Amino acid sequence: MGQRVSLFVTCIVDQLFPTVGLAMADVLERLGFEVDFPESQTCCGQPAFNSGYRAEARMVARHFLDTFESSPFIVIPSGSCTAMIAHHFADLFHKDPETLARVHSLEKRVFEFSTFLTQVAGVEDVGARFDDIVTFHDGCHALRELGVKDAPRRLLARVRGLELRELSPAEECCGFGGTFAVKFSELSGAMVRTKVEAILRTGARTVVSLDPSCLMQIQGALSRAGSNVRTMHLAEVLASR
Amino acid sequence: MPSEFHQKAHETLANANLQLAIFTATGRLKDKRVEAVGPGELPDYQELRTQANAIKQHAIDNLDHYLELFERNVAARGGHVVYCKDGTEVSDFILALARERGAHLIVKSKSMTTEEVDLNERLEHHGLESVETDLGEYILQLAHQRPYHIVAPALHMTRYDVAEVFTRRLNVPNEIVIEKQTALARSILRQKFLAAEIGISGANFLVADSGAVVIVENEGNARLTTSAPKIHITIAGIEKVIPRAQDLATFLKLLARSATGQLLSVYTSFLSGPRRPGEIDGPDEFYVLLLDNGRTRLLPDKNKRQSLFCIRCGACLNTCPVYRRIGGHTFPWVYSGPIGAILTPQFMGVQQEPDLPFASSLCGACGEVCPVKIDIPKILLELRSDVKKAETRDKQNRLEKLSFRVFAWLMTHPRLYEMAGKMLRSVGVPSIQAGPLRAWTSQRDLPPLPGRSFREMWRRR
Amino acid sequence: MSRDYILHRVRTSLGRSPSEPIPDPPPARILIPEVTLDARVASLIARVEALAGVALETSDPRAYIASAIAGKTVIASNSPYLAACGISSLPGVESGITDREQLRNACATADIGITSADYALADTGTLVMLSSWAEARMISLLPPEHIAVVPRDRILTGLDELFSILPNPAEQSSSMVLITGPSRTADIEQILVRGVHGPGKITVLVAP
Repeated sequence: MGQRVSLFVTCIVDQLFPTVGLAMADVLERLGFEVDFPESQTCCGQPAFNSGYRAEARMVARHFLDTFESSPFIVIPSGSCTAMIAHHFADLFHKDPETLARVHSLEKRVFEFSTFLTQVAGVEDVGARFDDIVTFHDGCHALRELGVKDAPRRLLARVRGLELRELSPAEECCGFGGTFAVKFSELSGAMVRTKVEAILRTGARTVVSLDPSCLMQIQGALSRAGSNVRTMHLAEVLASR
Repeated sequence: MPSEFHQKAHETLANANLQLAIFTATGRLKDKRVEAVGPGELPDYQELRTQANAIKQHAIDNLDHYLELFERNVAARGGHVVYCKDGTEVSDFILALARERGAHLIVKSKSMTTEEVDLNERLEHHGLESVETDLGEYILQLAHQRPYHIVAPALHMTRYDVAEVFTRRLNVPNEIVIEKQTALARSILRQKFLAAEIGISGANFLVADSGAVVIVENEGNARLTTSAPKIHITIAGIEKVIPRAQDLATFLKLLARSATGQLLSVYTSFLSGPRRPGEIDGPDEFYVLLLDNGRTRLLPDKNKRQSLFCIRCGACLNTCPVYRRIGGHTFPWVYSGPIGAILTPQFMGVQQEPDLPFASSLCGACGEVCPVKIDIPKILLELRSDVKKAETRDKQNRLEKLSFRVFAWLMTHPRLYEMAGKMLRSVGVPSIQAGPLRAWTSQRDLPPLPGRSFREMWRRR
Repeated sequence: MSRDYILHRVRTSLGRSPSEPIPDPPPARILIPEVTLDARVASLIARVEALAGVALETSDPRAYIASAIAGKTVIASNSPYLAACGISSLPGVESGITDREQLRNACATADIGITSADYALADTGTLVMLSSWAEARMISLLPPEHIAVVPRDRILTGLDELFSILPNPAEQSSSMVLITGPSRTADIEQILVRGVHGPGKITVLVAP
């Protein structure tokens, strides 16, 4: 048997994009990992945390700690949720040394999907084939809080049939920002329209990202603009053959 | 009712010319910065940021010590330090001095600190003429507007706007050539410089071990302001003090590069006291007004006090996708953009401007470009928490509070969470035309809903 | 009194008591690269030119200036170096003024101001001027054109070397100014305009 890894699929993938979770599991199993899905998992608590409700976020974070106490590796199809756990759980419990110790143990065990593949599994070529022109959107939290930039590009470079065209400007926010997208919807809409223009300029047919929430925002705006450019999570591209 | 912030944001977003002006100008500044701090130009950029952050942390953590040291050294060079709680104390001091010296005309160089306290209005109310001499600030003073941007105050105006303001306020023929507009301002302001009895400047740094005021600028108006009149008054926030002149070797490398992409600004003046015996020119009197105006409110919180590290380079504005769309005047106070979003609520109290910390997608670009490494996103998050605590205390926004209670409860009860998800998918989310969904669909489409959740599919796998 | 009030607020907010000792500040970061004098001269010239200034090395600054100032109203500083170069005594050059008002009036009407410089910084193209009996502030500021004659051996690598030589510039003068290129603004539509308040033209002569 291979090394055990636990999926934390995130609430958004669980409820809205289940195929992303399945694709992630496929890729990991193909690489020989034993994949499990702790059933009591829900959310990382980021919606409450980013909205200023720290007590509520703390409740959800504790639930997460309990759920994944015994998982040696936790793989997450989202840079944003990974950053929440790896960076902001510590902010939530800075006055609670006992829980903080559990958080610090957890931080070493959570991995954003592409980072897990390149750093822990040590692979770049997962045997995928995807005949398309794609562009890659860097989610802000993956990029700036986790420093993930090369890993997804190295993985995409080894996908047969795939042509990657970089966005320009590359590192601009798509405007999602959680409740920001509805609290400041007009502004968020202006931001994503700029992103859509950049995507269309590349001539790509598919937008790939590590974050389902960015993809939801971008897909919604592409669709509103009447474009048939599609969005896919990296896991879905890597699961294709 | 949309808040004033929302209303102004909407107006700016709807103004295509303004959108283009802001986006182009900030984009240019942004690109220049990236080049100037790149590995080719500044290989030790990250080390400099770390050093700048460490110095600021040390200076703010020991602020009383450095203020007193600064004060002693200014006095030793024949200058005077005056502490002011607020704008009234600043203007009272200047008015009294002007009265004593029989002064009527004041020239001013750019200072965000004086904008904080509406200094010009206060002085003019008492019959003094106080003239802004930075070109952008001069245009804004004539137009009765406040700065749109920390570094580029008239960023939102075109040459045609400037022509209109000049024609209306200066009774000059319509002139749309920028070089000629600049030359006109130069000739008018040159006469002011030569006639003014008092010059008022801001300060980029106060150097404790030297008793010196450091002013960084491109036009030369700050040099004229501080050298031509017989009295020079500096107005600076108490947080501007740094320990040593040698620390400037760090800060000066970062400031201009971050602000405009220049290696150094054209003029960096290091001024310590009035002119000395033998020196041919320079002021006879030298005052430094150290302003609190709410700064001490930011000190008790060990994390949030880093907001006071800011050296006002404006890099966070230029890189911010929010500032680049809603502009400077949407922000309720003189400081705009990400730094404004953390300074304003802390100076004014979080409940005064509860929208500000939330007007961010938390993309983190501001923290990434900050030359003194202020963790702006983290402070925004803390301020959001402060806003919600205050609202809870005052029993405001109770529906939102309740919905996050329900959220936390569902997320800690997996079975209920699963049921709730199932219900939403079966009802069909698009049929619920509640507030947040309407806000979402006002800008973009909803994703198609899957028939089953991941966990249901996983079980059937 | 506001002084005591503010200092008290600062201390109580920081949890410090009056005259409580402070920890050592982080050591100043002063790193001086090894750059040959020839390379420094070349860098200075390149940087000034990149800022649309004129910069050149000459063994005869007097001759250069004599031709540059023909027919112009010129004021020169009281720098002994300019005198030694024979520049102060060139026909048409006014020099030796020690009265503030007289100097200011002369500068306000001059076409060109000529100064020396205490140092120059090679990596940024910067002149370093300390105010003194020899160098007034106004000469490099009021006339529309500024010419500076810098002795070659005064060219430093950059800011770090400057602040290691002058760890506290306040000990030398009430005013040290660093001048990096001509006066400029981009306040209207980000269009660069030179010479808005200070000189729009700057010439740096590197001399022996």
